[in-house]
Amino acid sequence: MDIFLQQIVNGLVQGSIYALVALGYTMVYGIMGLINFAHGEVVMIGTLVTITVAGSLINAGMPVALAGMAGLGASMLICMALGWGLERIAYRPLRNAPRLTPLITAIGMSIVLQNLAMMIWGRNYLTFPPLLPKVNFELAGAHFTAIQVFIVVVSGGTMAGLLALIYRTKLGMAMRATAQNPAVASLMGVNINRVIAAAFVIGSALGALAGVMVGTYYEIAHYQMGFMLGLKAFTAAVLGGIGNLAGAMLGGVLLGIIEALGAGYIGDLTGGFLGSHYQDIFAFVVLIVVLMFKPSGLFGEKTGDRA
Amino acid sequence: MHAKLSIVALSIVAAFAFSACGQKEEPKPVAAPGAPAAKPEVVVKLGHVAPMTGPQAHLGKDNENGAVLAVEELNAQGLEIGGAKIKFQLLAEDDAADPKQGAIVAQKLVDAKVNGVIGHLNSGTTIPASKLYADAGIPQISGSATNPKYTQQGFKTAFRVMANDVQQGKVLGEFAAKQGIKTVAVVDDRTAYGQGLADEFKKAAEAAGLKVVATEYTNDKATDFKAILTKIKSTKAELVFYGGMDAQGGPMAKQMKELGIKAKFLGGDGVCTPEFMKLGGEAAEGNYCSLPGMPLEKLAKGPEFKERFTKKFNADIQLYSPYVYDAVMVMADAMKRADSVESAKFLPAIGQTKYDGVTALIEFDAQGDLKGGAISIYQYKGGKLEYVETLGGTPVDVAKAEVKEAVAEVKDAAKAVAGAAAAVGKEVAAEAKDVAKSATEAGKDAVKAGAEAVKNAADATKAAVEKK
Repeated sequence: MDIFLQQIVNGLVQGSIYALVALGYTMVYGIMGLINFAHGEVVMIGTLVTITVAGSLINAGMPVALAGMAGLGASMLICMALGWGLERIAYRPLRNAPRLTPLITAIGMSIVLQNLAMMIWGRNYLTFPPLLPKVNFELAGAHFTAIQVFIVVVSGGTMAGLLALIYRTKLGMAMRATAQNPAVASLMGVNINRVIAAAFVIGSALGALAGVMVGTYYEIAHYQMGFMLGLKAFTAAVLGGIGNLAGAMLGGVLLGIIEALGAGYIGDLTGGFLGSHYQDIFAFVVLIVVLMFKPSGLFGEKTGDRA
Repeated sequence: MHAKLSIVALSIVAAFAFSACGQKEEPKPVAAPGAPAAKPEVVVKLGHVAPMTGPQAHLGKDNENGAVLAVEELNAQGLEIGGAKIKFQLLAEDDAADPKQGAIVAQKLVDAKVNGVIGHLNSGTTIPASKLYADAGIPQISGSATNPKYTQQGFKTAFRVMANDVQQGKVLGEFAAKQGIKTVAVVDDRTAYGQGLADEFKKAAEAAGLKVVATEYTNDKATDFKAILTKIKSTKAELVFYGGMDAQGGPMAKQMKELGIKAKFLGGDGVCTPEFMKLGGEAAEGNYCSLPGMPLEKLAKGPEFKERFTKKFNADIQLYSPYVYDAVMVMADAMKRADSVESAKFLPAIGQTKYDGVTALIEFDAQGDLKGGAISIYQYKGGKLEYVETLGGTPVDVAKAEVKEAVAEVKDAAKAVAGAAAAVGKEVAAEAKDVAKSATEAGKDAVKAGAEAVKNAADATKAAVEKK
């Protein structure tokens, strides 16, 4: 039983990270129907910027908490600028192009950003400075750390904040209007370019936040860390219903828990025939089954209500 | 439209391919200024393949540095082979540690008609690529592919300058047993290297009386191991063995600690790196790993190589660069001995290599494996890899062979003595035997000295007999 509980904790934390990244995917998709494959790389750049900024501030003698905040702030600013730049340079010129074109551009941007990061930060793994004190808890046989609690709380809080932004503010209203029909929204005086840019900027800021969480949790970073993370987060977003914020959150947590349980029990369930490296089977079988019965994902709504 | 695009793309590719072809057939005579009788210069192309992108890019760069250093030193020597001045040129390719990509770049090198290939880094990419090189008759020396399959395929072109995983797995299994471990969990990353090493370790551990209580898997891109580690925790294994690379091993050791797992961590060459300790932090401390070969500091040419390497690249040696350096040197050495840079001509010479390299005295067996490769055990201590001991391999084997030879010499000498002079010889022979006995115990040097003493004694006896 304590193993089961531990696996749930493992999955919940991993899933919260997926969810935080998935929010970035789903926001952009919700508004302009574009799968921004470069989002995983934005997360990666967020992590690496934090390492550089926070690491050098700590070396300069600044208190760890303050340096961490500065690192987070810097990485958010840089990622926001990056998100804005991506939209302006790579996606805006293609807004009226066939849907495949921006998708391929997104994959291209992902490769460009990876190589850019490789040139700046090198090929080696970087260690993330320990920003949070290492406190271990034990509850009913499950071990967890302060960082894990922090990740789940931040992830949940971010989603709540984002929902408030979408449904309670003027910008949110403009975003929903643009999602429903860009042409009509612009006739109503909504500046679509600004709304879409805002979606990219906010999504990238969330990506930076996710990057800092990932860095604090695993304490390592690498210029290719964003790829797999992005892919899993994208899966989570599809599972929950891409375009839906609560769906991204739920999909992320669900994917994390399914993966953890899959890795933990697949060997026993199949009598050792399938080993723990088949853990992804669980996640994708669930994804396929969900899509068979609900093609738009668990929380997927009609396109009109996308946010 | 698409067809047009692809035609354009094809023609661009073709243009590149042709221009590449044009470059390579260039035994171009270079007229050195002021030296009318200048010899022609021949460019020898050596392919080098390692992951330059992806999670193992740091190791790939390290390998490439080893090859670059070797090529630069060779060019500085101004070698002459077959009457022409030789200029080595390194064609460095990236296989991203991906078997598919490995085969693609291998084909690229074959098409570029390289004279030889150094690499690849991973067993998983080396094995499929080795078939392409074998079919094209291009000699291949890997400095780091340790999976036994690589040389067991029967290709005459495949060599490696590092002990294979059968040897390493065996040493690690026995080492674990020696540590008093009773139960062990084995994790591998499902690559040819990780899986091969883990399997060999398992065999050896079970043979040594250990119980394998869990077998779990991950992949070479993973960062989260908590799910499988939680399962391992429930088996209460005393040791976790990981067959894989440092990028996963380090975080794995760390996550073991976070989950409150008290088991020790053990791994092979893939985790025996400074990077592992950086990533594992405190969790690495006190655990062990193994590396084929001897530590650089213990080798005659090691410290000096390290100095040259760090001076040139301003970077620490990660792992395999000395082996890759040796691989290039072995290939150049074979070309020298065969007096040809043509693959077909110098290939047989590689098999007969006896090259005193940085990492070992390199000789190959019939399969192309390094003869008597040693395995060293290291401990992570105070953020450094500390050498513990060397098990198996060259030093012992060579010593044994030499002792045997010396003993045989002694025996022959004693026989000769006995035959030459029965009366005087008997005493001497008895003495010689005593000398031989003590000498065998004392070691090869003593034995050699003994043999010489006996020989001298025999000569003296002969002279004495003749005088009489």
